[in-house]
Amino acid sequence: MFRNQYDTDVTTWSPTGRLFQVEYAMEAVKQGSAAIGLRSRSHVVLASVNKAQSELSSHQRKIFKVDDHIGVAIAGLTADGRVLSRYMRSESINHSFTYESPLPVGRLVVRLADKAQVCTQRSWKRPYGVGLLVGGLDESGAHLYYNCPSGNYFEYQAFAIGSRSQAAKTYLERRFKSFNESSREDLIKDAILAIRETLQGETLKSSLCTVSVLGVDEPFHFLDQESIQKVIDTFEKVPEEEEDGGEAEAEAAAAPAEQGGAGDQDVAPMEM
Amino acid sequence: MFLLPVSFSINADYFFLQFTIPIDNGDSVKNAEADSQRTLYPYVTGTSIVAIKYKDGVLMASDMGGSYGSTLRYKNIERMKAIGKHSLLGASGEISDFQEILRYLDELVLNDNMWDDGNSLGPKEVHNYLTRVMYNRRNKFNPLWNTLVLGGVKNGESYLGMVSMIGVSFEDNHVATGFGNHLARPILRDEWHADLSFEDGVKLLEKCMRVLLYRDRSAINKLQIAKITEEGVTVSQPYSLKTFWEFKAFNNPTAGAEGSW
Repeated sequence: MFRNQYDTDVTTWSPTGRLFQVEYAMEAVKQGSAAIGLRSRSHVVLASVNKAQSELSSHQRKIFKVDDHIGVAIAGLTADGRVLSRYMRSESINHSFTYESPLPVGRLVVRLADKAQVCTQRSWKRPYGVGLLVGGLDESGAHLYYNCPSGNYFEYQAFAIGSRSQAAKTYLERRFKSFNESSREDLIKDAILAIRETLQGETLKSSLCTVSVLGVDEPFHFLDQESIQKVIDTFEKVPEEEEDGGEAEAEAAAAPAEQGGAGDQDVAPMEM
Repeated sequence: MFLLPVSFSINADYFFLQFTIPIDNGDSVKNAEADSQRTLYPYVTGTSIVAIKYKDGVLMASDMGGSYGSTLRYKNIERMKAIGKHSLLGASGEISDFQEILRYLDELVLNDNMWDDGNSLGPKEVHNYLTRVMYNRRNKFNPLWNTLVLGGVKNGESYLGMVSMIGVSFEDNHVATGFGNHLARPILRDEWHADLSFEDGVKLLEKCMRVLLYRDRSAINKLQIAKITEEGVTVSQPYSLKTFWEFKAFNNPTAGAEGSW
């Protein structure tokens, strides 16, 4: 979209009834690296791509534990995401303290959405530039929600956000009908496969992705690298020789890095 | 020093009593703001509540009396109320504080219903909420002068718990407040067992209530029994227990000890 005279303030409507600043905030979500969520009747899996600022630095954390029964994956301005995760943790723990009972996910996302809405209606604020995939478990089962900078929230069987998420979404669209009855292992496998779609050619390694699971009788936790690699090995071809494999990998890694650099020129350093 | 008369002043914001208290230097007196909004003693009180878990849920019994000190002043007070879909609250102690608690819970249940999302407050949540309220009030030295019994059933699981006015809270298979702790609990410890039928449960509660009727000065012979199961709450109509006073020892109580009673 192009610059116009109605996009300076979040409190200015355009003649066609749009709030451009809010839409620009949603663009920021698309710049972040991919995050994916899927759910079955009893489990929710959140996965993300580990993108590092440079080879020298470590990758930014995009998945946060909110409570034993709720996790969140973010895409966009990680700083905003961190602040909102802290808010979610606070709400969850306050509820647990008063009622000794886990906060129902549906109620948490509404509070989160209301918080985001406030920023779309104050002239001295700006919308949060982060999309949140909130996965959680409550009395009525497993849920996956997407919270938008606009203050909207939607419930999903599976969803992907961030850059190159369309590829993941296409993959998920083909498979989502079976997710409700999926086993935990199949759900994890589908999540990693969806992540692979967003990498577009880059070899999938366990160091490139973070996967988290929560479910009935299973509190939120991250999968360790070994478990992820085991799943990857079930469908990725194993490199023939270590040396060749190493070289090939280095070349493959260099190529997407260049492509990524060229394509992401407009990506601000604060977005991951 | 002579005492000055108490002066009342009513502020638009809130009521407060101002006591003028003479202090040592004679001429000037200091106004101490006595915070009359703090509960210092209970006035109209309800006596024991006894409750047990049984096969289908929880049974709770209470009489309908409200004592004003040693006068049995009110005889139609319902001390057990349904809370939401899944809980039943019984209270002993200051009746006005019980009514205040019902107002808090009413708001809580209202907000819970307004979410309209398939989640609802169960007895565990209500019990913990009440524990927080009671404990916080105790910390402010302004307690709600009640001992509360919270029973309920949700998703097939029975729950029975108690909160005191200082915020002590626990769960058990059978609970009682006030005199019930001393008179009813020993009976329950001997005779309660899991999966009591409704009839047996009522008989057991009536046995406890009869003892309380004989021995508790603030008990009256007009009681209600409330039942809570997965289906909901029912509070019985008030009724009386049969009592027996023809024990031989009552016939000529002073025989052998003239002048005693």
